[in-house]
Amino acid sequence: MNLYRSIPIIFFVTLVLNFPVLALSEGHDKGEDETFQVNEFILDHIADSHEFHILTLASGKHISLPLPVILYSKNSGFHFFMSSHLVHGQSYKGFELHTEGEFKGKITEENENGEILVPLDISITRNVFSMMLSALIILWLFIYLGRSYSKTGISEPKGIQGFLEPIVLFVRDDIAKVTIGEEKYEKFMPYLLTAFFFIWINNLIGIVPFFPFGSNVTGNIAVTMVLALFTFFITQINANKNYWKHIVAMPGVPFWLAPIMVPLEIIGLFSKPFALMIRLFANITAGHIIILTIISLIFIFKSIYIAPASIAFDLFLDMIELLVAVLQAYVFTLLSALFIGLAVKEESH
Amino acid sequence: MELVTPGLGLIVWSTIIFSLLLVILKKYAWKPVINAVKAREERIKGALESAEEVKLEMEKLKADNEVIIGEAKAERNKLITEAREVKDKMIGEAKVQAGEEAKKIIEIARINIQNEKEAAITDIKKQVALLSVEIAEKILKQKLEEKDKQKELIDKYLKETSIN
Repeated sequence: MNLYRSIPIIFFVTLVLNFPVLALSEGHDKGEDETFQVNEFILDHIADSHEFHILTLASGKHISLPLPVILYSKNSGFHFFMSSHLVHGQSYKGFELHTEGEFKGKITEENENGEILVPLDISITRNVFSMMLSALIILWLFIYLGRSYSKTGISEPKGIQGFLEPIVLFVRDDIAKVTIGEEKYEKFMPYLLTAFFFIWINNLIGIVPFFPFGSNVTGNIAVTMVLALFTFFITQINANKNYWKHIVAMPGVPFWLAPIMVPLEIIGLFSKPFALMIRLFANITAGHIIILTIISLIFIFKSIYIAPASIAFDLFLDMIELLVAVLQAYVFTLLSALFIGLAVKEESH
Repeated sequence: MELVTPGLGLIVWSTIIFSLLLVILKKYAWKPVINAVKAREERIKGALESAEEVKLEMEKLKADNEVIIGEAKAERNKLITEAREVKDKMIGEAKVQAGEEAKKIIEIARINIQNEKEAAITDIKKQVALLSVEIAEKILKQKLEEKDKQKELIDKYLKETSIN
């Protein structure tokens, strides 16, 4: 791919893609309040939701894709229905979706005694929907890639292989081999590759601002937590004696330091995945917040003349976000590999 | 706070989706990709190694060839030197022989010439004697042809005698 030739195309595409955000935001402005609430506007876009908002018409009518709601309540068992039953705060089967207040964005249930209960909510939310979509894209892309090798065999890479193979090799040579070592890296390749492409592709999807993309999947702390926990468990399960010895009784450290060292090591055990979780979440969410803030300037100033500056600056930020998308995928994968590497390393001294 | 509170539903779904992705991709994507790449790398490595071997082999052959060529050259030079010596010797011998032969021939020629010369001289002497007699005869014949003359001659002789 010629990079220089694709830069104007990326610029153009990003420019075009920014307009739906404008349209979307405009709808919000006219639809609800007289004064434009920046905080709410931004948080609404970043947070998860039970429906997939597509656009708001000039009349103030919202067009959304209803998503399945799955609830488990101790009171009444499992429930499964579409989120379209809960729009505009209306109640369905005793469930209510709050748009403001203490339970904003959550579904609650009122029992016979008038008590408010919070059921277990495992709905297919916007983020789950987007994650499934991205999983399908990833599956299609990489199963196609995997199958293509049965045709080309071991001859030179062709077609999509030419684009994806160097990235796979980059993960293998510059992440796995370097941090885990030549002997043991192979076992962890599937996880590292899956994590890298899952994060990268979801980051990219998050940058595209219109339906069915734009969900803040990798900027959601639940998702990053799950990813970090995967790294954590893979690290602990594969850790060797040497690793545990370093935590419980660091060789070369006087025994009377143990009361300080052991708690520190145990904190370190958990701070590593915690840092992984926060880093990805904060980086991606921050990117989304900045882009949305710049767009919001148009509505704060209530002037179309701000738009060119906002769009130009957003273009610039989108470019940076493209870089951040791959950078954060790289950082997450690299650090995961590093932690795994530390846990499986043989004693060398 | 909502932003930094992980939702249960999303945790469950993320775990399910990511696990499935991991299992399916491991079997249908990463294994074939990594195996193919590895096989290719091994083949390239093998090809490079055999190329290196062939190169060494070639160098060895080249060195052998040079030795052989060197030997051949030495052999040739030796042969040429020998041939030259033989030639010189032959030419030398031939020269000596030719000189002797020439001398012999010259000697024979000289003897022949001497003989011929002597024969010729003898012949010439004979001829001169014959010619002298003929000439004397002719002169006498001429002198005694005319009577007057004969008389005159007799007179003359007589006169001379008478005076005396």
